[in-house]
Amino acid sequence: MKFLSEYRDQKAAEQLAGAIRQKVRRPWTIMEICGGQTHTIVKSGLEDLLPREITLVHGPGCPVCVTPIELIDKAVAIAARPDVIFCSFGDMLRVPGSSKSLFDVKAEGGDVRIVYSPLDALKLAKANPQKQVVFFAVGFETTAPANAMAAWQADHDGIENFSLLVSHVLVPPAMEALLSSESCVVQGFLAAGHVCTIMGFEEYFPIAAKYEVPIVVTGFEPLDILDGILMTVAQLEEGRHEVENQYSRAVRREGNRPAQKTIAEVFEVTPREWRGLGEIPASGFQLRGRFQKYDANRRFPFTGEPAHESPECISGLILQGIKKPHDCPAFAVKCTPENPLGAPMVSSEGACAAYYHYGRRQNHLVQPELSGSPSR
Amino acid sequence: MADAKITSFNLSCPVPRVADDRIVLAHGGGGRLTHQLIEKIFMPAFSNDMLEQRHDGAVLPLNGSRLAFTTDSFVVRPLIFPGGNIGDLAVYGTVNDLAMCGARPLYLSAGFILEEGLEMDTLRAVVSSMQQAAAKANVKLVTGDTKVVDKGKGDGVFVNTSGIGLIEANVKGTIGPASVQVGDAVIISGDLGRHGIAILSVREGLEFESPILSDTDSVWPAVEALLNAGIEIHCLRDLTRGGLATTLNEIAGDRNVCIKLEEVLIPVDETVQSACEILGLDPLYVANEGRFAVFVPAAQADKALEVMKKVPVSAGSVRIGKVEESPGRTVVLQSRIGGNRVVDMLSGEQLPRIC
Repeated sequence: MKFLSEYRDQKAAEQLAGAIRQKVRRPWTIMEICGGQTHTIVKSGLEDLLPREITLVHGPGCPVCVTPIELIDKAVAIAARPDVIFCSFGDMLRVPGSSKSLFDVKAEGGDVRIVYSPLDALKLAKANPQKQVVFFAVGFETTAPANAMAAWQADHDGIENFSLLVSHVLVPPAMEALLSSESCVVQGFLAAGHVCTIMGFEEYFPIAAKYEVPIVVTGFEPLDILDGILMTVAQLEEGRHEVENQYSRAVRREGNRPAQKTIAEVFEVTPREWRGLGEIPASGFQLRGRFQKYDANRRFPFTGEPAHESPECISGLILQGIKKPHDCPAFAVKCTPENPLGAPMVSSEGACAAYYHYGRRQNHLVQPELSGSPSR
Repeated sequence: MADAKITSFNLSCPVPRVADDRIVLAHGGGGRLTHQLIEKIFMPAFSNDMLEQRHDGAVLPLNGSRLAFTTDSFVVRPLIFPGGNIGDLAVYGTVNDLAMCGARPLYLSAGFILEEGLEMDTLRAVVSSMQQAAAKANVKLVTGDTKVVDKGKGDGVFVNTSGIGLIEANVKGTIGPASVQVGDAVIISGDLGRHGIAILSVREGLEFESPILSDTDSVWPAVEALLNAGIEIHCLRDLTRGGLATTLNEIAGDRNVCIKLEEVLIPVDETVQSACEILGLDPLYVANEGRFAVFVPAAQADKALEVMKKVPVSAGSVRIGKVEESPGRTVVLQSRIGGNRVVDMLSGEQLPRIC
């Protein structure tokens, strides 16, 4: 397939892996930011090709994983209302709130629908004027333009029965928060290519300089990731800490200006709570000015009880790359995709789910008694 | 820019209450929840030696010959999709379940649950394609039933078909998961994912340069050719709900073996692959309605392939892997770039991703 098969080619992968082996002298820990990249790494068994010196840790770039529990509870409460059609991207439906997921609400008769675009939710609002249509606007910078566009379009068309439950998060502040942590283990970053398609990569230069860490904007196919690792390792071995662009077929330094303009018109930067990481200043978007009338938070005041916490899930440590899913005692035993204790076990982009589906029994390949067997 | 210091972590992960008190859609998805439903609800109530075979149909001994018996319900939406409709699907689905027992399909029943307000023309179209499919598959529809439910209580048409087939005298041994052996070759009868993507493309309003048609068809001619050629078939499984990955996981689990696949050998049409990328789906888990996997001794794999390729419905047959001893209960796939990964059974439904 054009633009896909050539980035999954075995010979080219072996060449890149060979180049990484030649380059590497010391052990390095590299974090891929985006859950989509984690997914590719685990799905293609990419770590089998890497030398022992390279440790990949999986970053917080999974919107499903970092959306706070309180917001899931809020979504569940809104979706259960009889006057509401609640629309969401598919993988948010299984995320556990403190007592229920959106799937549970659907099974109990709530009108919960999977859409592929917020503009589809807007269409539903037009077609169902007697209902309130709410779209769960989660995601990183990548999904912000489409969500902004939905609010802009609703405003333009005078649609009043439409609103957004916004939980947008931003990558660079999360990277800074990770880097300034005392327990930070990350020595180089593969930045999320699709986020940079929208935002460009100028905001990464001060981070690379301040923390002396190489940042390589990287794509999502296996060869992209191998190439990104090679570029990062080269910088680390040569003592450089620059921002480089591996994903030049999609990303320009300045990003997508019209998309940024739409985002700036509709959203403003706000502090944001991250699941597992806590509140990070200036790390999210919320609706601004005249678009606040589309804020589901305002339209459906919510007074939920504080969420119950469990010490068993170590997702905070996993999202920072300090621990791997295998290190969690609940992994694949008490915590499974049918029965997730935390969000990283839910989304296909979540590190725990990726390990569970694609790599769980790699331990098992060596010592079968180490991993829990699934209930069949 | 953020100036936050993360020094200690208050982990905010809840212990959710598990929703096992109600049926969710994923209970019908063919994956792990479907399995749990069978193991925890149906098996304890109905368990017997034939059900324990866990095959697509039951094989019933009768006066020295063997009959195959199976049933299947069809609730597809939209009713009419590119390449077929609920009518031919209902015929071929049951015909194929019989074929997977190594049985020649002979007789079908059809039960219709119709929703008040259904257009008669739609019903005519469904019935007409059932008639054509039955003629093509050489089966007789010999008994039936009709019920009508209130508007809003059905989805236009639901169809149930049951089928009876005959296992011919030349079939030696039992064809089924229990006969799978270490060393067997795994062959699939064509490319994957056409049916599921044909359905989804209509539901999601996706348009492709060349439309993706469902692969719905009778696979009995391919099975018959294998039997006539004297191939020692160990197991046949159609790759319907849950796709190839689910089917192979069931067999690997039942037999405590490892099924090893090579991604580069698994055929997926380019348009189907593109649609899967857009929708965030994995073609290994997407449903097919005219594809099956066959397990044969490695020594007979080339001959089996040669025979299958001569039959139109299995012209795209490919050998995709083999059965190994360990690690048991596991399907392992060598990826295109040469890494290995486990292909797990589907948890819940395949969900479209955010980005």
